[in-house]
Amino acid sequence: MKVLGLETSCDETGIAIYDTENGLLAHKIYSQIAQHAEYGGVVPELASRDHVRKTLPLIDEVLQEAGMKKSELDAIAYTSGPGLVGALMAGATIGRSLAYALGIPALGVHHMEGHLLAPMLEESQPEMPFIALLVSGGHTQLVRVDGIGEYRLLGQSLDDAAGEAFDKAAKMIGLPYPGGPHIAALAKQGNPESGLKFPRPMTDRPGLDFSFSGLKTAFLTAVHEALDEARCDEQFKADAALAFETAVVDTLVIKCRRALEMEGLKQLIIAGGVSANQRLREQLESQLKKINASVFYARPEFCTDNGAMIAYAGAQRLVNGQSSELALSIRARWPLSELPPLKES
Amino acid sequence: MATILALDTSTQACSVALNIDGVVLEDFRMAPRLHNDLILPMVDQILHQAGLTLSNLDAIAFGRGPGSFTGLRISAGVVQGLAFGSDLPVIPVSTLAALSLEGFQKTGQSDWLAALDARMGEIYLGGYRISKVDGQYDVTLLIDECVAKPAALSSFSSQFNGVGSGWCYADILSALLPDSPAHVLTDLSPRAACIAELALLHYQKGEVVSSYDAIPTYLRDEITWEKQAPRIGKR
Repeated sequence: MKVLGLETSCDETGIAIYDTENGLLAHKIYSQIAQHAEYGGVVPELASRDHVRKTLPLIDEVLQEAGMKKSELDAIAYTSGPGLVGALMAGATIGRSLAYALGIPALGVHHMEGHLLAPMLEESQPEMPFIALLVSGGHTQLVRVDGIGEYRLLGQSLDDAAGEAFDKAAKMIGLPYPGGPHIAALAKQGNPESGLKFPRPMTDRPGLDFSFSGLKTAFLTAVHEALDEARCDEQFKADAALAFETAVVDTLVIKCRRALEMEGLKQLIIAGGVSANQRLREQLESQLKKINASVFYARPEFCTDNGAMIAYAGAQRLVNGQSSELALSIRARWPLSELPPLKES
Repeated sequence: MATILALDTSTQACSVALNIDGVVLEDFRMAPRLHNDLILPMVDQILHQAGLTLSNLDAIAFGRGPGSFTGLRISAGVVQGLAFGSDLPVIPVSTLAALSLEGFQKTGQSDWLAALDARMGEIYLGGYRISKVDGQYDVTLLIDECVAKPAALSSFSSQFNGVGSGWCYADILSALLPDSPAHVLTDLSPRAACIAELALLHYQKGEVVSSYDAIPTYLRDEITWEKQAPRIGKR
């Protein structure tokens, strides 16, 4: 089954074609990041306007790259939530009506299920059950995955998502949006012996929830102190970036390890924009080795929003006969646990 | 002649219509916030009712705006998918022209100042002259479409009737005309039947675009979102 996947939940237009027999055939991503950077974050109205312009041309490009005619598509999957309603609407209207015109089934896909399954597009894949850390600008969740659609939320952020914390911290030291990659780049110049240390929130108490709001405040306080003492120079910013990144990474690693131990599992996947963070990957690999566990992740371009993960996740359900009606159901909020399990046929 | 499917979701109304060689069939519903649920099933239903499929159509038209941003994008997105999937041309039609045509159909009056409430104390505005000769409509743009604060508009030298939700500012708008308008039809919304009528005129003149260009005309394009350079030490 050849499935066209459309992802338009935020500021990336991602289009791909996944074939259940031959794997990923083509994929393209158009990022609006540069456009939103001027505003210090995603402007939903601008994002929606851009998706309506970019989606169809990208579909055409992807068909060409795959050497396919649109009539050869067997199904269409589009992100129907969670995300920005206006942005989601662009992909849903185009995807659903294109499927109608072609006379093929379509399915609204859960954005986080897409992220969760993205590592399955790689050669080295985990076997279920496993633990997933979903970590992006909008989510920080630990989920136990027993099968497709069989998800149990183990813990999540009680306030800011990890990626959001990166964005906000970056802003506080004058770095552009999105903050994660900029903080990580600057942290490379940081001195690990600078003496700056931020808290690892909620690691000293049981459970698998996260909180990044206090860490953000601690960071702001340190920046203010440096400003007051006239030592907020480039070296300070690099040291602060390193201390902040280390604090977020340590917190995530501690909770991932704890989740694996509590559930008695040996495989972890990490997905979402923050999973592209190199320090997080290195720390997880070295820490999980100590408990004989392994970590899996998608290639960097499939960590951030993309169409391939939506085509893949959609395909798993579409081949089992699931599909969406003509009424377009969009959900800005949509708990992963509400997804139906995949019934093996 | 031609067979054209038309959609409009530019306001709280949700409507689809078929123009089959000049005979217009319409499904019009007041459906605030339900456009995404209704629009494709309504398209499917009206085609079924007429015994047609997308392959029988010559073009697909939509209310391109001005109107609610989200609403405009619902029609634009659906039309893009339908037109791309069935290799059909697209006809973007002004919602203000559609309102003017409706005013003409209701009263026989020709000149209309069509206005839609744009929120934030502003209206979308455009002036159209509608005529019908030998059963054929003709449409002329008299006042360029714009978004404006009613109080900031300058006076109009010719007389108009009023149509559309923007005439909630009837006092201010009437005062800009030489005489008070004979008709003010505040309750009318753009509808697919009128979009379908106007689309046929565009189609006959060859005024069609590709599915890629099924893009809304927002009118409010100037960036009202504040640009923020990151500032050190600020949240």
